[in-house]
Amino acid sequence: MEKLTNRSRVVVKKEMTFLESIYLPAIFGGMWITLKHFFKRKTTIQYPEEKRPFSFVYRGLHILKRDEQGRENCTACGLCAVACPAEAITIVAAERKKGEEHLYREEKYASTYEINMLRCIFCGLCEEACPKDAVYLTEELVPSQYNRQDFIFGKDKLVQPLGTSAHPKTYKPYKK
Amino acid sequence: MEIFLLDKTIIVVIVFLITLLIAMYSTWAERKVAGFIQDRIGPNRAGIFGILQPLADGVKMFMKEEIIPTHADKALFVMAPGISMLTALLTSSVIPWGSYLEINGRQVMLQITDINIGMLYIFAVVSTGVYGIMIGGWASNNKYSLMGSLRASSQMISYELAMGLALISVIMMTGTLSLKAIVEYQAINGWNIIYQPLGFLIFFICALAECNRTPFDLPESEAELVGGYHTEYSSMKLGLFLFAEYVNMFISGAIMSALFFGGYNLPFHDKLATIFSHNTLALLGTASFMLKTFLFIFIFMWIRWTVPRFRYDQLMHLGWRILLPLAMFNVVATGTVILISILWK
Repeated sequence: MEKLTNRSRVVVKKEMTFLESIYLPAIFGGMWITLKHFFKRKTTIQYPEEKRPFSFVYRGLHILKRDEQGRENCTACGLCAVACPAEAITIVAAERKKGEEHLYREEKYASTYEINMLRCIFCGLCEEACPKDAVYLTEELVPSQYNRQDFIFGKDKLVQPLGTSAHPKTYKPYKK
Repeated sequence: MEIFLLDKTIIVVIVFLITLLIAMYSTWAERKVAGFIQDRIGPNRAGIFGILQPLADGVKMFMKEEIIPTHADKALFVMAPGISMLTALLTSSVIPWGSYLEINGRQVMLQITDINIGMLYIFAVVSTGVYGIMIGGWASNNKYSLMGSLRASSQMISYELAMGLALISVIMMTGTLSLKAIVEYQAINGWNIIYQPLGFLIFFICALAECNRTPFDLPESEAELVGGYHTEYSSMKLGLFLFAEYVNMFISGAIMSALFFGGYNLPFHDKLATIFSHNTLALLGTASFMLKTFLFIFIFMWIRWTVPRFRYDQLMHLGWRILLPLAMFNVVATGTVILISILWK
């Protein structure tokens, strides 16, 4: 049979030589290996201070984008909620009033936009479904919480903060 | 007389505190060594390099809920960790930490007491140490604990014999049971390890077994016995058990460096004596003694993270059928050489 790796050894049950049977050489050999590891470079990543670089296409915490004038892109069409296989998105639509044109881009907007982060599977289908470029998955991780209730992220946590027009982490050149 | 007592009290307190401090930092060092060997970095959050980790652990141990099982023998259950700790600390009293200091024309020995049967005393106390484990396991009223304490006692009996025989050859050479005299003997004749390599190997293996360190940690094997004799223990009582192991490790390291590696002797003692004053020299000797001891502690840890645990029958086989005959052979060989050298003269 063809071997998968060149590291496999055939086990033979033979009488041990004297040197083998006192085990000490083998033990010293093992200790030499552990000593080499003692001085090796450590693989630990000190998490909160140091983060490992994510893949270019990593899908993490969602963000609701604003346009260049700081208006919310989302028009509460509900396509993301329909696309969502985990049914994690809840949207309540509302009509834009007069004087709110600087807040919302279209006449209709989402008064509530909630994503249940415990249901979400981070597949990115909402991102693909969105016709208005409103929802994106960033490289951020979902922070840990003490209660299940706290994992339902509303607009306060999802909408891109004002003044950060071009969020670098949401820039994905493979999309239009 | 009063000043003598004062000296002794100070030395006792210092030795006690240093032993505890070193045992405390051994727990930290063990985790660091484990981490480094496994390509991790070990505890590093409490203070710089995690140097405050033992304190945090101690506080944690004190704050934990104390549970005594309903069917446990309460008196014995509470007593057992104390016995473990007591016997672990008692041995430190005969170890020569250094030669002597000269303070105001008085000679202050850097040793709590130099009794002329020091080695015998250590053996007596060390073998009492198993009572802590045995009583703890028995009083817990738990099958795992009982198994653990059974293993501990049988292991202690098996390895104490070989250990004692390995030591007898050293005692035959030096002709004394006093640890200080053995160390002084090595100052003239060179380290005992040169004459007794086999004796040292046996003693070292037995020391591992006596300290219940891997590969001889059968009494508390986590995988099979869920912690063995301390399954039912919690809070600081568990802490004392774990702590006693590290005290034992430190003490056995000290004993090995005193018996086989020249203790507090310094190389080139005569040349160094012309440069430094006597007190500096004595303290330097103590430092070298400590250095050797730390090296042994490191080797103990190194072995723990390299070698897997023995099976029970392998343990018995090694103890009775390999180490004991070897130790006996060593005694006979040493005796023959001594006899020949006497006849030669």
